[in-house]
Amino acid sequence: MSQHIRELVKGMLNGNQSSLAQLISLVENNEWSAEEILDKDRVALRKIWRFGITGPPGAGKSTLAAGLVREIRSKGLSVGIIAVDPSSAVTGGAVLGDRIRMEQHFLDREVFIRSVATRGSYGGLSKSIPNIIRLLEASGKDIIMIETAGVGQSEVAIKEIVDTVIVVLTPEGGDSIQFMKAGLIEIAHIVVVNKSDRVGAENFASEIMGVLSMGRKTEWQVPVVNTQAIYGTGMEQLYQELEKHRNFLGLG
Amino acid sequence: MGLKFSLEGYNSFESNENKIERIQTDELRGIALKERERPIRVLIAKPGLDGHDRGAKALTLALRDKGMEVIYTGIRQTPESIVQVAIQEDVDVVGLSSLSGAHDYHFPRVAELLAEAGITDILIIGGGVIPEGDTAFLKGKGIKKIFGPGARTEDIANFIRKNVKRGGDQK
Repeated sequence: MSQHIRELVKGMLNGNQSSLAQLISLVENNEWSAEEILDKDRVALRKIWRFGITGPPGAGKSTLAAGLVREIRSKGLSVGIIAVDPSSAVTGGAVLGDRIRMEQHFLDREVFIRSVATRGSYGGLSKSIPNIIRLLEASGKDIIMIETAGVGQSEVAIKEIVDTVIVVLTPEGGDSIQFMKAGLIEIAHIVVVNKSDRVGAENFASEIMGVLSMGRKTEWQVPVVNTQAIYGTGMEQLYQELEKHRNFLGLG
Repeated sequence: MGLKFSLEGYNSFESNENKIERIQTDELRGIALKERERPIRVLIAKPGLDGHDRGAKALTLALRDKGMEVIYTGIRQTPESIVQVAIQEDVDVVGLSSLSGAHDYHFPRVAELLAEAGITDILIIGGGVIPEGDTAFLKGKGIKKIFGPGARTEDIANFIRKNVKRGGDQK
């Protein structure tokens, strides 16, 4: 382990954002794993609550993320965010555009946002994410939020990565048959109907609730939350549901 | 209990044949190979009260098509917010775009704040409507190159590839 990495780890533990960012690059570029970097004995691994936001492209995931950051910050907690966008299958390039919705938090040092390209991974994630999570945990963040790239019906890998999954849909998302199908809706701990000022939103929400109430019985009752993320409407309630699930899991 | 999904099994979706063909046809073959392992990360940023971002968006797309990972801040950013983003995203390049005439303040301020944060290995370039008489001043302040109206995206991408300073830590 080079002296350079030792210094970066020291910097990260002292709250230096650049050190943390450079360490994330090392794991993202597959040069080191988080375990190697943190050297197990020297930096205690801590498991903290993580939640994920997933859903189709344009549903409002990033805007919702920005709203949730506001809620988290109003509680005085810090947050590490991994925002994923797709890499081009043609050139390998990417436009990482989630952060632009969170611009009001750019100067907040308690909010660390890292944009990540999928780099060939499926499921709206990148294979470096478990390593990035470990670094964010070690850096002392209170909460970790992961926003997937836009996903379709069957991209559910996020459920293996986070404790709580928010699935974001919009009122155009289909009828009850769509939600009877296996896939995305099954992995939701919380369903959000965003852009709920649009025509048909009420019916849409009740169709989802109907299907959820007919399906496999679980101890956790999946709530459906209506939001208009761009105006901040429903964000407080969404955050309350998140905390409920966190407490349900005993991670509070 | 259900299917287990693992991130381990995820493969690149580009076939080897495609990859070889693409890399062979790249005029900067050696660089393309290196870049494939570690895409160049670029921040395109618009400091100041300037809503004209067609150029910034065009460049964002063009660099994406050159295989780079590009983050765009959106309009009306401050040098402070741009530097904060550059730090968190650990970018290799910051591209500043201004059409408002305030480049002589904003561009050097970004370079200054990066230096204050101890970061001296990020390549900073500028673009937009910048009078020729200002370029020498900006270069002196650490803005390595100014690309004016009519600059070819090909040239910008090549300039970035040739001048990017950063490399990963080796095992």
